[in-house]
Amino acid sequence: MKQWEVVIGIETHAQLSTQAKIFSGSSTAFGAAPNVQANAVDIALPGVLPVLNRGAVICAIRFGLAVDAKIAPRSVFARKNYFYPDLPKGYQISQYELPVVLGGKLAIPVGESEKVVSLTRAHLEEDAGKSLHEGLGQHFRGRSGIDLNRAGTPLLEIVSEPDMRSSAEAVAYARTLHALVRWIGICDGNMQEGSFRCDANVSVRPVGQPHFGTRREIKNLNSFRFMQQAIDYEVQWQIATLEDGGSIEQATVLFDPESGETRAMRSKEDAHDYRYFPDPDLLPLLIDQQWIEQIRSQLPELPTAKRERLIADYGLSAYDAKVLTSSLELVGYYEAAVATAGKANAKTCANWVMVDLTARLNKEDREISESPVSAEQLGGLLARIGDGTISTNIARKVFDALWSGEGSSADEIIARQDLQQISDSGSLETLLDELLAANPAMVAEFRAGKEKAFNALVGQAMKATRGKANPQRVSDLLRKKLG
Amino acid sequence: MIPYMASSFNNLGDFLPMSLTLEQVRRVAHLARIEISDVEARSTLGQLNEIFGLIEEMQAVDTQGIEPMAHAQDVAQRLRADVVSESDQLAQRAAFQAIAPETEAGLYLVPKVIE
Repeated sequence: MKQWEVVIGIETHAQLSTQAKIFSGSSTAFGAAPNVQANAVDIALPGVLPVLNRGAVICAIRFGLAVDAKIAPRSVFARKNYFYPDLPKGYQISQYELPVVLGGKLAIPVGESEKVVSLTRAHLEEDAGKSLHEGLGQHFRGRSGIDLNRAGTPLLEIVSEPDMRSSAEAVAYARTLHALVRWIGICDGNMQEGSFRCDANVSVRPVGQPHFGTRREIKNLNSFRFMQQAIDYEVQWQIATLEDGGSIEQATVLFDPESGETRAMRSKEDAHDYRYFPDPDLLPLLIDQQWIEQIRSQLPELPTAKRERLIADYGLSAYDAKVLTSSLELVGYYEAAVATAGKANAKTCANWVMVDLTARLNKEDREISESPVSAEQLGGLLARIGDGTISTNIARKVFDALWSGEGSSADEIIARQDLQQISDSGSLETLLDELLAANPAMVAEFRAGKEKAFNALVGQAMKATRGKANPQRVSDLLRKKLG
Repeated sequence: MIPYMASSFNNLGDFLPMSLTLEQVRRVAHLARIEISDVEARSTLGQLNEIFGLIEEMQAVDTQGIEPMAHAQDVAQRLRADVVSESDQLAQRAAFQAIAPETEAGLYLVPKVIE
């Protein structure tokens, strides 16, 4: 049996989070009625001219800086010519020979370690419109309906080198890129709405063969699960085809989630003859160093740097740091909570944010930005565990109270509901003396060597104080009294 | 500008040396969705080859070290602010669709597209 190596490169279309389109003043908002966000430029009426949106350029520069790429001081827009009903001009404005972002790299997690994937380029372009076949409950009398709201929406096409060697690596790359574009605020990452779509170029070759095999491109993967399934199917199909003595023809394929298979699109021989040439309607895009530096100064701390800092400054584990940096919002919440709770409680904060808070948010299907308990409220609560005012169990009650809006701070709720932990020895000793006098049988059992009886006594003490006694104190005092 | 064009044309198929065949003219016409007759194809072939001849003459000019221009004017692209400038697009859509051959439910209708 031959050993096969899988080679994957990924092209991603990230829809940029601008208000207006890349070359017109139409809105990019999702979900509007058909064609109400398509102006004369978008529908390509004669005589109109495109004017480049500064916001889209800023997004591209932010991305370039985040992946340590070169920002081209001069880049050029080109026309990519093809005919399709949802492309009103008969060409897409894109970038070809001189893209705005050159090179770059992205570190992706692979097992316990990481792998650096090289990027080829990233370029700005406009999206096409949408063709609807039998949508909206209509049949269009056997015709297709065209909605041009999406036409002219700014996209950043990010092209990787063929550096991935398995579907797992491809998915890790896509996930990391997805988290990054959201982190730097250039794309909302909504895959259902098509804001982040991937094409995977897949080929196989016998291990040791220096040149790549012929690739097939799987188009429009809009979920990570589909990406994994599509690549796995495609790889086994290519291997089976080659082992049967067949050959792979370069093709564009689609993944059918129903059957779990990939199938070649009906391709015309001239489908890829795009006759690119510089768009005479647009002048070269010039980006000077001063602008780049200004944008750099506005970038948030990037995920890798943030993770390293959480580990170094707060003593978190690599795992905790990774979970907390899954989004900028989550880590922002965490750091705000620590700012209130104090660095000494950083680990407690991590546990609460990752477990208690996240579970509660998931249960109610809320985003971190919609949390009824603010980072400051949570930090204030956890500070009271840290200084011994309340136990973890009582803290959960206070958390519930904060969640349902019963008070504006943990301190207020603790005071109002009289939840402060009883730690002073005087009152605890009185309580325990009464308890021992009332439970002679348990005392006798403990003296006879039954540790269970001791735990039962602690439980009685906690119950008598409605959970407010400091359990450690109770335990210590009891041992002293019984010892 | 010339080196850029030359490199773009290379993508069209290997034209070098710079002379087109009739088949290539037909193909370019098809890609541009221009219907041409045999007679037109032949005369276009002649005209295009004359242009290629001109380009070939210009290729003799030494352009070593000269950065290709992307536009006839040596100025930079102006940028617009990221602001939505359109309003009442429902009325605008109605105006646009008044001159469209066929529409339904706000959509432009076209012959069925199947992929």
